[in-house]
Amino acid sequence: MSEPERLRTAAMDTALRPVIPNAVLGMLFFLGAEVMFFAGLISAFLVLRASVETWPPVDQPRLPVVAAAVNTFVLLLSAETMRRARAAIGRGRPDGLRRWLAVTTVLAVTFLVVQGMQWIRLLRDGLGATSGAYGATFYTLTGAHALHVLAGVGVLSAVLWQALRGRCSGEHHAAVEACGLYWFFVAGIWPLLYGLVYLS
Amino acid sequence: MSATGKGEASSVREHAAPEGFWRGCVFSVDHKTIGKQYLSLSLFMMVVGGLTAYLIRWQLAWPETAVPGMRWVPEPTMFEGVVPPEFYNALVTMHGTIMLFFVAMPFLLGAFGNFLIPLMVGAADMAFPRVNRLSFWTLFTASSLLLASFFVPGGAPAAGWTGYAPLSADAQYSGVDWGMNLWLLALALEFASFVMGGVNILTTAINMRAPGMTFFRLPLLVWMHLTAAVLFLLSVGPLVAGAVMLLLDRTIGTGFFVPARGGDPLLWQHLFWFFGHPEVYVILLPGFGIILEILPVFARKPIFGYRAIVYSTIAAGALSFIVWAHHMFVSGIDARLAMPFSVTTILISVPFVIMILAMIATLRGGAASYPTPMLFAVGALATFILGGVTGIFLGSAAVDIFLHDTYFVVAHFHYTLFPSVFLGGLAGLYYWFPKMFGRMMNETLGKIHFWITIVAFNCVFLPLFAAGMRGHMRRIYDPYQYEFLKPLQPIHAFATVAAIVLFLGQVPLIANFFWSLFAGRRAGENPWRANTLEWATSSPPPHGNFVEAPVVHRDPYEYSVPGAVEDWLPQHVPAGGTQETRRE
Repeated sequence: MSEPERLRTAAMDTALRPVIPNAVLGMLFFLGAEVMFFAGLISAFLVLRASVETWPPVDQPRLPVVAAAVNTFVLLLSAETMRRARAAIGRGRPDGLRRWLAVTTVLAVTFLVVQGMQWIRLLRDGLGATSGAYGATFYTLTGAHALHVLAGVGVLSAVLWQALRGRCSGEHHAAVEACGLYWFFVAGIWPLLYGLVYLS
Repeated sequence: MSATGKGEASSVREHAAPEGFWRGCVFSVDHKTIGKQYLSLSLFMMVVGGLTAYLIRWQLAWPETAVPGMRWVPEPTMFEGVVPPEFYNALVTMHGTIMLFFVAMPFLLGAFGNFLIPLMVGAADMAFPRVNRLSFWTLFTASSLLLASFFVPGGAPAAGWTGYAPLSADAQYSGVDWGMNLWLLALALEFASFVMGGVNILTTAINMRAPGMTFFRLPLLVWMHLTAAVLFLLSVGPLVAGAVMLLLDRTIGTGFFVPARGGDPLLWQHLFWFFGHPEVYVILLPGFGIILEILPVFARKPIFGYRAIVYSTIAAGALSFIVWAHHMFVSGIDARLAMPFSVTTILISVPFVIMILAMIATLRGGAASYPTPMLFAVGALATFILGGVTGIFLGSAAVDIFLHDTYFVVAHFHYTLFPSVFLGGLAGLYYWFPKMFGRMMNETLGKIHFWITIVAFNCVFLPLFAAGMRGHMRRIYDPYQYEFLKPLQPIHAFATVAAIVLFLGQVPLIANFFWSLFAGRRAGENPWRANTLEWATSSPPPHGNFVEAPVVHRDPYEYSVPGAVEDWLPQHVPAGGTQETRRE
């Protein structure tokens, strides 16, 4: 056992038995900060959009509404597979956990690839980040979200690695729970961003 | 994360701390070591911040004369010891940035939060020791980036600590290019560090409490940190979003905040102050926490109105999210917005008045003794009252339009931050130094330090209220280019001399700190005869904090309980037990 784990175990020994595991509680607080981060971005988007008379501006390329809708579906699907991964380990089924985590990771990567392809096409069509609030907010909002998905792929891979090494069981899966919460947040905030950025 | 038997876990308590420079220091995950590292970093940054204050004050009193002892600074930063206008802007910016983000937060949250919270709740360490380690090195990197900005071409950031756009958004306005980018990166890393810290503090204080440590038995310092951490986590997001947009404006040329590119400069101010005002309480509340810990110990009385203080803290925290626009009364916000923000701002003084009155009531009728920590605590309380009262003037939009951007505001926020960060923090340092390092600090030097500090501070900033009321604008390089400010030169000269006395007055502290570190009287477990759990273990506490897991039996401030043998009843002593039955 490594030193931090040793300390943590010793600490847990003194503590009251917590209602929510540390990893999950910590993730909840972190997600509170994340919600406010996106709230800041969204409020900036709304303020800047209100200051422009026609939105989207007439001389700018249109956003790929349908492709992004399909991508939204992919991300929501990944939230469902994540739910199944959590449910599997909750029932003490590490094999189910591994399978559904892998599917979730693949779906997350798919989402990122499609997003990247859309960005490249829009840049080629002339929607620059510097050509006004429309482009700037689009790239900033979707970019910030894409970075969160990318971080999510990292977290999912790390948890999958732990699961493959047999480190998750029905009793010890706080990391899966925390990872799941993060993923629900990343997937859950996307439809909101999609509605604001693509549809409004 | 394998399952661990209970036997193995308890044997860990006697496990020796990892030793050596790398494992015992650089990568140590012990919250006490990390807390001391935060302390060192914040004290170092305090020296840098103090140096900027010295240069600013000299320039204000005797503009464009050589600052004594500063001839070594090369051109074009300074010329033969003279501060040029561009550097003055950088100094004001760096002073604010350093003192708030790199002194106040690491000192109060980083050092005291880290060192005290696990001890006070009876835990062996923080909930996430490795995240704790990472948060320190992230802050260290942020500090290095910020200090590096002094040395890049164009010099240090010069758009004010609030980084108002468009001044901050394009190099052509402030003349600073990379300094500003470094400022934004340093801030982003600093916030990342304290997000980790906040999550850690919250999880530790909620999940790691010892058996019997109910929420209403938590020492008030822990409550203050809990509230501060929630405020920080819920307010920092919009500013990080703003910082990202500002960095994009500066680097790839987007136009979020630049009117010429279709942006909105007021948007930055809203994002900044939505964070900036809760941030004031993120700093203030832990400072209050220190005062609240010290007062009952030296008054030998329970704290007056424990629950009233807790509820007031939560109320102030909630209100702090709807007062931010009072920083923008003169920025051109809608007049219809000014009224509600005036009301909420004046309303927020109510919970603070409750807290202050509770502190004063704690002192009343107590058997108060005044060693150095108590002097600093009471000094902080008295000084803060002046800062709080002047805040009510500024909260009223009508009055603020006259006073904003004058030295009245400068004096006001120094009267709130100096007591909470500096006086409160030093009260904490004198009080917990024995716990941190196992030795007592020298009382005589401490008292000399206190009296010089408190008198000199008031001499610096009390006159500035008067200067502000006479219309003296802040953030100007040479006040005497204006005819009507020329008669105010003696005020500035007086304040500058007092500031120099204030700096020199810290020499006894430095001497005391290092002398006591090696030659101070041995402290023993509980030199102040205090009740909270950090005093229930050796000084300094061992790796893992408590040899035996503490169990909590009562409230934290049971002093002078009628019928008790002694005038203090520690939280971990069982009912009916006396001091002699303590584990020793």
